Amino acid sequence: MAEIHLKNIAHSYRENPQSPADYALKPCDYFWQDGGAYALLGPSGCGKSTLLNIISGLLQPSEGQILLDGRDVTRSSIQDRNIAQVFQFPVIYDSMTVYDNLAFPLRNRGVEATAVKQRVREVAEMLDLGDILHSRARGLSPDAKQTISLGRALVRNDVAAILFDEPLTVIDPHLKFLLRRKLKQVHERHQLTLIYVTHDQSEALTFADQVVVMNEGQILQVGSPQELFEKPAHSFVGHFIGSPGMNFFDCELVDGHALIGSQKLRIHHGGCAQPAERTQIGIRPEFLRLSDSAGDHSLPVMVESVQDLGNYQIASGQLEGRPVKIKLDEEQAVGTGPAHLHFAPEHTRIYLDDWLCEAKP
Amino acid sequence: MINKTDNNRAWLLVVPVVVLVAFSAIIPLMTVVNYSVQDIFDPQTRIFVGTEWFREALLDERLHGALGRQVLFSLMVLLIEVPLGIAIALCLPRRGPWVSFCLILLALPMLVPFNVVGTIWQIFARADIGLGGWLMTELGFDYNYTASPLDAWLTVLVMDVWHWTSLIVLLCYAGLLSIPGAYYQAAQIDGASRWAIFRYIQLPKLTNVLVIGVLLRFMDSFMIYAEPFVLTGGGPGNATTFLSQQLTTLAVGQFDLGPAAAFSLIYFLIILLICWLFYTAITHLSTR
Amino acid sequence: MSLMLKGVAKSVGGASHIYPTDLEVGSGLTVLLGHTLAGKTTLMRIIAGLDTPSSGRVYHNDRDVTDLPLRRRKVAMVYQQFINYPSFTVYDNIASPLKLAKLDKAEADRRVRETAELLRIDNYLQRLPSELSGGQQQRVAIARALVKEADLLLFDEPLVNLDYKLREELRQEMTRIFSERKAIAIYATTEPGEALLLGGTTVVMDRGRVLQSGPSLEVYRRPVNVRTAEVFSDPRINTASAAIADGRVQLGATAFSLPAGMAPLAAGEYIVALRAGHLRLERRDPEDVCLAARVELSEVSGSETFIHVRHGNVRWIVHQPGVHSYRSDDEVKVFFSPDQLFAFDSNGELRHTPFAAAA
Repeated sequence: MAEIHLKNIAHSYRENPQSPADYALKPCDYFWQDGGAYALLGPSGCGKSTLLNIISGLLQPSEGQILLDGRDVTRSSIQDRNIAQVFQFPVIYDSMTVYDNLAFPLRNRGVEATAVKQRVREVAEMLDLGDILHSRARGLSPDAKQTISLGRALVRNDVAAILFDEPLTVIDPHLKFLLRRKLKQVHERHQLTLIYVTHDQSEALTFADQVVVMNEGQILQVGSPQELFEKPAHSFVGHFIGSPGMNFFDCELVDGHALIGSQKLRIHHGGCAQPAERTQIGIRPEFLRLSDSAGDHSLPVMVESVQDLGNYQIASGQLEGRPVKIKLDEEQAVGTGPAHLHFAPEHTRIYLDDWLCEAKP
Repeated sequence: MINKTDNNRAWLLVVPVVVLVAFSAIIPLMTVVNYSVQDIFDPQTRIFVGTEWFREALLDERLHGALGRQVLFSLMVLLIEVPLGIAIALCLPRRGPWVSFCLILLALPMLVPFNVVGTIWQIFARADIGLGGWLMTELGFDYNYTASPLDAWLTVLVMDVWHWTSLIVLLCYAGLLSIPGAYYQAAQIDGASRWAIFRYIQLPKLTNVLVIGVLLRFMDSFMIYAEPFVLTGGGPGNATTFLSQQLTTLAVGQFDLGPAAAFSLIYFLIILLICWLFYTAITHLSTR
Repeated sequence: MSLMLKGVAKSVGGASHIYPTDLEVGSGLTVLLGHTLAGKTTLMRIIAGLDTPSSGRVYHNDRDVTDLPLRRRKVAMVYQQFINYPSFTVYDNIASPLKLAKLDKAEADRRVRETAELLRIDNYLQRLPSELSGGQQQRVAIARALVKEADLLLFDEPLVNLDYKLREELRQEMTRIFSERKAIAIYATTEPGEALLLGGTTVVMDRGRVLQSGPSLEVYRRPVNVRTAEVFSDPRINTASAAIADGRVQLGATAFSLPAGMAPLAAGEYIVALRAGHLRLERRDPEDVCLAARVELSEVSGSETFIHVRHGNVRWIVHQPGVHSYRSDDEVKVFFSPDQLFAFDSNGELRHTPFAAAA
């Protein structure tokens, strides 16, 4: 397995990109560590497939280099990169047995028969494919086929990284769990470099140690699931991760306060009171609290509706004419009407032109 | 949305088809069955002869010869056209400006009427005025399709290959285009050779179109008539006399309607039988 | 308005898709909740008149409509796929049912614009469906269903093919979209959250049978049997067999005092159940029961963590708000309050619910 360095990578499908909008992948420079589980997450058209294709070798970036353990592979063919891939739809060799499918990458590389046998058995055991090893691959269920695809990537010991392109799309919902667990186990036990592309937040956050959130060709944040949840680096991340997404309020920062409409919220904003086209404060619905009495960090709010969703309740309301959502415990009794909205100060974030500004003490 | 309430009037919709099939297939076929069991001297005089014509046809040496040649011909056509068609389809460009050019060029022979194909090749292969025949002679071959049975056979075969290989090419080409790019990418990742890609990805994915291609080519070649008739007239001797031509000689040339009808039915059953064998064999193979 | 099914059953080639079912649905929103293959779509097709039942009758406002052809019923349906006329603009798509009904032009125009506004697609009226996002395409399909003011609106998992953010957005609006309709609206879904969010009535289906129907929250709190509780819980409700005797509950190797609510239960074998949100990783109350467990996988959705744990043979799911990371095979202690347990008898019938009887 290997460390991946995207060195000033950028890609445009146009000949002479002029403006940033011409880039399908805007210039970026990232190190992805050996043995890490990464997820590329974003809505369709965000550039994650472009980035995936650049790593796999299907596409050559128009700018920059891609280095595997320091080796420049920008111009190398798919074969020479030693990067394996599991595709959205199971790709298996229909006419072969499961065993032959798993042995195929080894046989192609001239690995000797006894070594092939041993390696295939190891991988089959790891993925619980032992029972079907000698069945024909054609008639198997999609989840078994995807497991075989994964197995073909795992049998080789020269693989630098394994890419996953929305691999659970065709899997039955109740089997997704099993495959996710298998994947997670394989990663935790064997410390492989894995890159997982998806538009589904649960899949990305469950799978990855580090999630790369993309939108409009730009990498907005690379962080652990917890960081994305607690400290979104960009307002899009706050909106995209979490259901419901983060609340944002346009405001002005004045000494020690955020001015939202005519209301003042006490907030620490050292170093962020610089001019920006748009200043917002953002807070997740989980970090808001409703009560009858005002407090240090509270503002009056009008609660318009409360929905009981079993595990929790969602209150929707208006704060100075701006919509706000609050996530409440299932036990808390809340009515509609005026109330006080308490902001957890340690989870209230400041965004200048959509980018997080971390207040200095 | 579809209304699935039962309505017996819907059967009326099927009537035109039933009438059409009756007139186009069943009634003519029944006429043939009718002829095959009678001896017809003139429209008024007919004698019921039972299975005599069938026995006669089955024992007829000319029919045995024609059947043997026919089977050999169809086999050779398939053996040449299928691999050649696959090979050409693999070489065709997948995208770009040349695609439509290649496809049109390939489709051209299929658009030529059968008897015109015969005429073209008859002239083309003549040693005195035809380019092909002249070239063969210049290259030092003693080539004459009107005299040598081997030359006649070769000419008929080459003509059929020229006329029909495109069908296999086009079918395979469509089949190849429908293979998702991910398969090729996966094979590259697995380090598969060009041959392995063909053997384990392309060929399995082509099975379905090949079944259709083989069936079509078999049936067509088994019923070949106009081209060899125009090109060689079945000669020299009986060398290129295939089943259809044998039948025509019997029915039109000698006006033996009864034996010809029995012959036709046997011919029809042979085709049906072989098609069925082909179909079961291939579908069995692909679902195994 | 009312819709009534009497002994409706459907079997195809000897396999029963719907077992004999009686069901009454009033105007307003009814959610059909069930896993895939529960028979939701089959039942909807029978209600719509797309299929005829193998036996039983369908009544609409007390009139037998079982054999009434579809075009004589006032039904509109929205499917999982975004079905629109690809060559029509959004406007013409929405207007198409009105054109078929030969509605007056001015009136049709008014209704198209009003419906488009309700679905927030009034800015895209001149575009083609292919120029819209998936969410917008489905909005067009919904608008086309709403515009003709049908008596019966059928929605077959309309949000399932949308990306989750778009799904969340449209789901939020569904209540508003339905609120002003007098029609009978039936909405099929696999997601308990959707049933609760849409409110109204929920009909829980499983393997061709209706298990329970009633006000959504009521069914959620008082599922008549284990299966209903399982279908109406996301993540799946945690269950385990337990023995009650002498004022104690024996759950595997752990024993605890019988909570006050369960006092009337006779001694014997029970299935106890607990929703994932009621399992916690920290003690909240001295009375909490503690179990040692091992993590199998922690699944993280955007703002919640679902930790799959294993305690002996019992596989449970802990639902934690917020995003946390646990590794497989981590040892954890899980806590729950016995007061939040459901109890079902060995046949799976509800014997105790932690929720007080409806006021």
